[in-house]
Amino acid sequence: MARTLVNVPKAAKQGEVVEIKAMIAHPMETGYRIGPNGSNIPRDIIRRFACTYNGEEVFSADLFPAVSANPFIAFTLVATTSGTIDFTWTDDAGKSQTASATITVS
Amino acid sequence: MTGLLAISLPRWAVARPSLDQAIRTFTGGANVLDGRVRLDLPPLVENGNAVGITVAAESPMTEDDHVRRIAVFNERNPEANVAVFQLGPRSGRAIVSTRIRLATSQVVVAVAEMSDGSFWSSRASAIVTLAACIEDLS
Repeated sequence: MARTLVNVPKAAKQGEVVEIKAMIAHPMETGYRIGPNGSNIPRDIIRRFACTYNGEEVFSADLFPAVSANPFIAFTLVATTSGTIDFTWTDDAGKSQTASATITVS
Repeated sequence: MTGLLAISLPRWAVARPSLDQAIRTFTGGANVLDGRVRLDLPPLVENGNAVGITVAAESPMTEDDHVRRIAVFNERNPEANVAVFQLGPRSGRAIVSTRIRLATSQVVVAVAEMSDGSFWSSRASAIVTLAACIEDLS
């Protein structure tokens, strides 16, 4: 569906708080703009973003049209165990895009 | 005649709940206190299409005492909601950054829901020189 960019530190100490950044290429069309033919451009936004750490959801966000195009979200997580951090973006049509990163915890 | 008038108005001009109504919907009517939340918003925004904001809440982020949700609302966009973030003890810190759209100069409010059910908020205002998303409607 779209290109994604996630930034997760490769390694962390156990218990360390790490910063996670996630972005997806998406127009986030608000539905309030009028196109060249005079009719509304239909709404098409990323509605939900979720982040799971070894399968358990640790962060999520509900987005509205007021979030900019190519939505960028930065948040923090506690590095608990080595494993994968998965990211899912879901749009208005219910289609989703995923990305994942691995983290080594020592 | 009234029908014609209704059609000529933009759809959002009539439908939008006020800032306070939107916050009340989020809190379920609970009292919202000032403090414990910091909302960073640039006071002067050149381009309303992408305004970087950071919301941080004071919380130890433990199992017993953490921030459950952080919501951001605006005063004068076509929709009052901006985003709702769900956090938990595994977040480590209650801090979230994103980029938002501002249709005009207005107030933005961040509300944090703590695990004890209390709500805390912070507000900031921004002057926007280039508006986002509704320029074609005017």
